[in-house]
Amino acid sequence: MTQSTPAHLGLPVVRSGIELVPTLEEGTPALSGKDFTSDQEVRWCPGCGDYAVLKAVQGFLPDLGLRRENIVFVSGIGCSSRFPYYLETYGMHSIHGRAPSIATGIATSREDLSVWVVTGDGDALSIGGNHLIHALRRNVNMTILLFNNRIYGLTKGQYSPTSEEGKVTKSTPMGSLDHPFNPVSLALGAEATFVARTIDSDRKHLTAVLSAAAEHRGTSFVEIYQNCPIFNDGAFDAVKSPTTRDEAIIPLVHGEPIRFGADGSRGLIRDTATGGVKIVEVGDAPDQVSADDLLVHDAHSPDATTAFAISRLTDAGRLHQAPIGIFRQVSRPTYDDLARDQITQAAAAVNGSPSERLATLIGGGDTWTVA
Amino acid sequence: MGELRRAPHEVTRHAVLAEGRARRLSKQVKRLDRVIIRFAGDSGDGMQLTGDRFTQESAAFGNDLSTLPNFPAEIRAPQGTLPGVSSFQVHFADHDILTPGDAPDVLVAMNPAALRANLGDLPKGAAVVVDTHDFTARNLTKAGYDGNPLEDGSLAEYAVHALDLTGMTVEAVKEFGLTRKDAARAKNMFALGLLSWLYGRPTESTIAFLQKRFAKVPDIRDANITAYRAGWNFGETTETFVVSYEIKPAPMPLGTYRNITGNLALSYGLIAGSVQSGLKLFLGSYPITPASDILHELSKHKAFGVTTFQAEDEIAGIGAAIGAAFSGSLGVTTTSGPGIALKSESIGLAVMTELPLLVVDVQRGGPSTGLPTKTEQADLLQAMFGRNGEAPVPIVAPRSPGDCFDTALEAVRIAVTYRTPVMLLSDGYLANGSEPWRIPELAELPEIDPAFASQPNHQTTHGEGDSDMTAEFWPYLRDEHTLARPWAIPGTPGLEHRIGGLEKGDGHGNISYDPANHDFMVRTRAAKVERIAESLPPLEVDDPGAAVGAGAKVLVLGWGSTYGPIGAGVRRVRNAGYHVAQVHLRHLNPFPRDLGDVLKRYDKVLIPEMNLGQLAMLVRARYLVDAVGYNHVRGLPLKAAELAEAIGNLVAEAEGIEVDLNALIHATTGGDDR
Repeated sequence: MTQSTPAHLGLPVVRSGIELVPTLEEGTPALSGKDFTSDQEVRWCPGCGDYAVLKAVQGFLPDLGLRRENIVFVSGIGCSSRFPYYLETYGMHSIHGRAPSIATGIATSREDLSVWVVTGDGDALSIGGNHLIHALRRNVNMTILLFNNRIYGLTKGQYSPTSEEGKVTKSTPMGSLDHPFNPVSLALGAEATFVARTIDSDRKHLTAVLSAAAEHRGTSFVEIYQNCPIFNDGAFDAVKSPTTRDEAIIPLVHGEPIRFGADGSRGLIRDTATGGVKIVEVGDAPDQVSADDLLVHDAHSPDATTAFAISRLTDAGRLHQAPIGIFRQVSRPTYDDLARDQITQAAAAVNGSPSERLATLIGGGDTWTVA
Repeated sequence: MGELRRAPHEVTRHAVLAEGRARRLSKQVKRLDRVIIRFAGDSGDGMQLTGDRFTQESAAFGNDLSTLPNFPAEIRAPQGTLPGVSSFQVHFADHDILTPGDAPDVLVAMNPAALRANLGDLPKGAAVVVDTHDFTARNLTKAGYDGNPLEDGSLAEYAVHALDLTGMTVEAVKEFGLTRKDAARAKNMFALGLLSWLYGRPTESTIAFLQKRFAKVPDIRDANITAYRAGWNFGETTETFVVSYEIKPAPMPLGTYRNITGNLALSYGLIAGSVQSGLKLFLGSYPITPASDILHELSKHKAFGVTTFQAEDEIAGIGAAIGAAFSGSLGVTTTSGPGIALKSESIGLAVMTELPLLVVDVQRGGPSTGLPTKTEQADLLQAMFGRNGEAPVPIVAPRSPGDCFDTALEAVRIAVTYRTPVMLLSDGYLANGSEPWRIPELAELPEIDPAFASQPNHQTTHGEGDSDMTAEFWPYLRDEHTLARPWAIPGTPGLEHRIGGLEKGDGHGNISYDPANHDFMVRTRAAKVERIAESLPPLEVDDPGAAVGAGAKVLVLGWGSTYGPIGAGVRRVRNAGYHVAQVHLRHLNPFPRDLGDVLKRYDKVLIPEMNLGQLAMLVRARYLVDAVGYNHVRGLPLKAAELAEAIGNLVAEAEGIEVDLNALIHATTGGDDR
């Protein structure tokens, strides 16, 4: 079964992630990327992948049609976390690892804001790992952009929780001993409702993923492969180089067979032996698999098992191969909507002004009067 | 109890007491001015509930009162052991009292461990009501007794009432067909009924309480009510108790009162702060003893627009509160000392971003996990200095359970007016202890104006002419009086801005690494907190002789929950004929502007604290005053008698006179403790 969209499951009508955010008044001129560019000088290293993502975000935000003042970017600490300074929106550059918790307070207290978190592999997966997984399980309405460059840049080149085993860095002269996280697997394990991966240099794909992430109501988790030219240059060359990328990228498109390689020569099928998925040669030869039998990608499946299996095709060591696209997108009530619903329900059940009710509250219980 | 024999008073009653009092008339009734009772039992015996009900009955009767719950950190420590003993002390009087009392007049001990754990606190002649049911060889051994204290004469100095409370309870409720275990569980209500008879407490509120609490389990409900009535009737009919007592209502200022714990008053104060400011309350919190009850209470009040977010950890709790504050809510986080340690970096962020935020620390014994259920006030220096960099945070502290309401409102006022995180230091004693609280009229509460920014506040010049001016929003352009920065919340067009933990340029608020700017901003943040002192009223100096030229030479300075014991100690010293002055601080940072002058008026300054001298250190550093500490960290409130002795010694030294310490110990007339 690959057709189990929310509508088929009788789920509530899927609401957009930004449906309660005020849009520009009709008749006002559309905003441009320039309107989202602050007057602050961008201070990333030359060639940093962050520039490409910033440009893509500045170029894409006007498409949402939202009022600029109702957009908030929150970041933690790290190179990518300078991001909010360069956007002409509301923003907070907070402390290391804590952006998801701050964004949770923003999103829960205000339904009329489009909330974005910008974070890195160290910020989100190391010092802030706890906040990340809890934001994902709660499904707070926000979009988390995780810039994964597989290195600590701002502290000048130590290994990160996504660095490959054996990596030689300033703090690991004999090679790293840490087994890395696969951010997509982690997000799926934390029951995230929207999980995607994209690449800094592929502006078209990046923009399409951002657009879907903003539309999604709940926590959208987007891992962005981002090159650090100073401390980890070339980490993602396999998926970027024209000569290798066709073999390296396993593109995920909902409703389409998962097929990749030059001339679509390879594809995915279920691996009945392990319960996972495996890569096969596509064709009619005896050791090949027919194109009709390839696994069709179902991002809307309520069961995350297949999405998780696909995420495991990502190299844990030096990157040669990775699935790219939206792994999972399912509808589940968001924490912030539910929290506001409880307040609405409770408020509907009482009468009187807040002052009157305050007087009743503090004057309640067993009382006595001294006259 | 036993030795107090006076002629019975004519009994005149509140109408509400008609039922109970009419029956009590069959025995002698003697009048007392105050009584301290301690209920003690196993942590599963319901002693906290028993004490709380007795307190509510006393409050409804109109006595002044003060309570001290004392329980283990373990939910159910091994039954019958000393670590498993839970107790609740209530002091009630026909006059104004300040503390739960140093030593109980009456101990109710539900098992051997409860007797053994508490006997040492009893003065000679105190009454002991013992449930004999659990005085078996096995339980005596568990409690560490070699023999049975009820039989070996070791209790000869006390007036002991050894009664099979459990057996009588089981017998009284047998009609309900409960298991023996369930039947025996009502023994606390039997004990409550007996003590309620003994002290002429009104019974209606407890019966109404039991009906409501056990509404869904009728047999349990009826058994508890029956046990409660049986306890009352036992007192009335048995020969064991030949007299009962009355403690008249205390004269109090006019008004409507309720009994309230510190955590409840603090929760109400936060809601009041939300209503008075028009800001929605957002609590980000992680469960921790003894602060969790604030989270529980606020979660019941969503109708006020209160959001309670139980976070994944302490850091996320304050993080979410900061996010909510940035978005225009009244951000609050509640915790105890260990939680503050985890929140420190985030508090620094709130200092740097200058957002209104309330950080409530219900202090407990430390360091580390320390004594989770016991009280202490050793987080003052953590609140003051526990962050990297120069990170000044205003600090306020309530003095009594009811004062938690006013102090919470004051914290909201400071946070919102000055755009700053504010620390509120309560403690375990205030949190769980209770006292009668005069319910304020809404008109008495302060109005708090969030004054959100709505317009650009700065003109930037690009050239010569007027047309070359652009209106901008500068997030760090300050109010010249308060030095507060504007609070512009998302959704406000034209005021888009970015804040964060990096140093801000003065005014425009962009990142700045300029040395002179950093120096200026560090000083400005400190000056802003110092400005708060301009909004504070003069200190109340309690020095009765000063007006007639007979002022004291010794000043006792305190903060937080030591107010009661200090006040009680000061009364004793005065009742014995000596002079002493008292000042109690609500504001610990900044200090009130007149504190330095007040301190200099006295030869000696005594600072009693439940720590090793933290306020003393601040006062000595700030005012170069040779303050003397009086310090205990026993996890319990300071004792008034010991404090009186310490004050007396200092009075003797300062005035060059002999002070009769014995007189201080016995100077209880109209006073507080024994």
